[in-house]
Amino acid sequence: MSRASFYIPLGVFVLILSLGYVGFDLGARNDLPSALIDKPFPNFNARLLDDPEQTVTREQLLGRPTLVNVWATWCPTCLSEHEQLMLIAANTDVQLVGVNYKDRPEKALQWLAQFGNPYDLVLDDRDGLLGIEMGVYGAPETFLLDANGQVVYKRVGDINPRIWRAELAPRLKALGVAITDTAEQDSKDAS
Amino acid sequence: MIPELGNFALALAGALAVGGAVLGLYGPRQPVLQHGVLSMVFGQWGFSLIAFVALVYAFAVDDFSVAYVANQSNTLLPWYYKISATWGGHEGSFLLWILIMGTWMVAFSLRSSQFPPHFATRVMGTLSLLNLGFICFALFTSNPFLRLIPLTPAEGADLNPLLQDFGLIVHPPLLYAGYVGLAVPFAMAVAALLEGRIDATWARWCRTWTNMAWAFLTCGIALGSWWAYYELGWGGWWFWDPVENASFMPWLAATALVHSLSVTENRGTFKSWTVLLAITAFSFSLLGAFIVRSGVLTSVHSFAVDPERGMYILIFLALVVGGSLALYAARAGQNTAKVGYELLSREFFMLINNVILVVSLAVVLWGTLAPIGYEALSGGRISIGTPFFNAFFVPLGLLLLGALAWLPVLNWKRTRVEVFTSVYQALGIAGVLGGLVWFALDPASLLVAGAVALALWVLLTHGRQLWLRWRKGSVPAAYLGMTLAHVGFALGTVGIAITSTQSVESDVRMTPQSSMELAGKQLIFNGIVEVQGPNYAAKQGLFEVIDGERRYTLRPEKRQYFAGGNTMTEAAIAPGLFADTYVSLGEPLEGDAWAVRAHYKPLVRWVWLGALLMAFGGVLAVFDKRYVRQRRRLQAPNAESVTA
Repeated sequence: MSRASFYIPLGVFVLILSLGYVGFDLGARNDLPSALIDKPFPNFNARLLDDPEQTVTREQLLGRPTLVNVWATWCPTCLSEHEQLMLIAANTDVQLVGVNYKDRPEKALQWLAQFGNPYDLVLDDRDGLLGIEMGVYGAPETFLLDANGQVVYKRVGDINPRIWRAELAPRLKALGVAITDTAEQDSKDAS
Repeated sequence: MIPELGNFALALAGALAVGGAVLGLYGPRQPVLQHGVLSMVFGQWGFSLIAFVALVYAFAVDDFSVAYVANQSNTLLPWYYKISATWGGHEGSFLLWILIMGTWMVAFSLRSSQFPPHFATRVMGTLSLLNLGFICFALFTSNPFLRLIPLTPAEGADLNPLLQDFGLIVHPPLLYAGYVGLAVPFAMAVAALLEGRIDATWARWCRTWTNMAWAFLTCGIALGSWWAYYELGWGGWWFWDPVENASFMPWLAATALVHSLSVTENRGTFKSWTVLLAITAFSFSLLGAFIVRSGVLTSVHSFAVDPERGMYILIFLALVVGGSLALYAARAGQNTAKVGYELLSREFFMLINNVILVVSLAVVLWGTLAPIGYEALSGGRISIGTPFFNAFFVPLGLLLLGALAWLPVLNWKRTRVEVFTSVYQALGIAGVLGGLVWFALDPASLLVAGAVALALWVLLTHGRQLWLRWRKGSVPAAYLGMTLAHVGFALGTVGIAITSTQSVESDVRMTPQSSMELAGKQLIFNGIVEVQGPNYAAKQGLFEVIDGERRYTLRPEKRQYFAGGNTMTEAAIAPGLFADTYVSLGEPLEGDAWAVRAHYKPLVRWVWLGALLMAFGGVLAVFDKRYVRQRRRLQAPNAESVTA
């Protein structure tokens, strides 16, 4: 073994370190975890969960503010935010789009039949490809798009009454979404 | 007043760390300075302890004028969670890290008489330098003693309910003991490089410390996995989450180090490699801290993002790891030794072990950092998940098991071919039994049967050799420890293989008095009762399980915490050595019905029992006669002559 080979570990480390620096830089710039904030929502072409013959593209989400909610039946937190989503669907005129993420369609349909369907559209993302495009860390995640398809807000984790009141409702109002008061009612007593 | 005292004590510990580092590295051969370093090590530990106790006190008396306490605690918390909330957040957990660092340093200095004084002083100097970095990090970027004055809140925000659990009380201290413990072999490697002395004696010194740190790390990781299993309510026990990976990477490096040290101790070879592993293992501890605390990667259990902290750790990492690797590059080349060995020798199989572990390490590192690299290069995002890791870890794990089975009969240097007969016989038996498992678990995959067969093979060869040695009356603690650790690895693999393929999971809707079948058991839902905890109200489901003659009740809960309004699912688990029955409550449905998640998890306990057995084996090996004898011996006069 030549003397030079003892420098290999140092070289590898410098490489990893610069990667860490770049990642850190990116993290600071994008204020993780919101890589897509103020950027257009990615283009996609996905099948509808309840009608696999029909496909949906990004253009069909444009025209009015849209909430894109990533969910799955294997995700207990999705179940716990479900009630809040139902309230949002009932009391606002925002377009609510579900992305059924890495899930089995038959399970997902059963879930919606059982607990109610708050979504205007549910996209089938069983292999998680759309999730990759969207930079999904895990379910649930919710994106708020304006009428032009720009991502204005992203929430990693559940939409609970507190998040709804403090973060989501004001942004929806700012985008001109009509909200009736009942949507703000605390679901704490209901559960 | 008390928090200020804590802050002051931490600053004093920092000042003593400066002294310890300067004296330890500048004048390791002067007896006066040696004693100075020794007392400064005790001082660092003492003042860290005072700082830590001050913070615990602030929690105990609900002093919400301290920002960290206000964020992490609440008057309603039971007292034991108030105490454990001390290390429930970033700032306090780092203070715990410093206290544990001090404890390791004191442990080392209490043993310092068994090493040449200049070597021990260099090690303590290096450790002080590291500790200085930690203390500065705490003081300047994450001070737990900052006050909220005059805006003192009347009530605290509460500890995350996920962390209100026995697992959290013990998981971080154990894990940190492992992380920080790796600083000792690291410092010993640095000291050895500084002295230009890396030999079998050095390896022997290192082994006890490495084994202890490794055992703590093993326990810490196993405990974290167990906690995730019963607390997160998903029924999984490993998620390849960046934070889990952050603890797994130093573990892989430390495991390789444990083995490589054995070669260096027994045969005087692999020297540079061993030193490199000692540096690597601790570097990954620091990298783990960077990943968890900087927000580079988000995860379920990462701490609050703060760019300043991330930058500090990155610079610290660059100095510590870059500095030690530069030292390695400059000095390690002087220590090459040519020691021959054949293919069928213990050395070669240790090499296989090390290669597999290092490849595993590279896979985890890649899986953890690739998303960053991809984003840096293309601006897009990728997610690397379980399939990626499984694709590598299944074959790597099986390969490791396959190589391990040969170990008991292998000699150092060379092995006669005749002794392998018993290994082949064991392979035959294991193969037949594995085949039976395959039929029994039909339609399980061939890989599962293969894993079981390989594990059995390992058990047979290790059992046979242990039996032979026992009959001859020579089972040293180190040998027994090694055997236990290897048996633990084999059992753990069986647990992983079986539980990931044979578990039954069903999510169903149940009305009171209805029943369902789960893996041959009957599960009857007897309705919901309301219960009150100290700081939450819960709906408790009553599930009667009928398993042949056995009947018992499982009580999963849905908790609503008063302070934060968080809802938590508390799964109910009937643990068993051979299978767990796991029930958790989903959401209430219309009428009295509930969504219920019921799992049957065979051999899931073996995963953690295997890990515990490994850790126990590692500790047992420390009590081998040859290390105990070394501790008793006074090294001073003759050791001087060996050094450069």
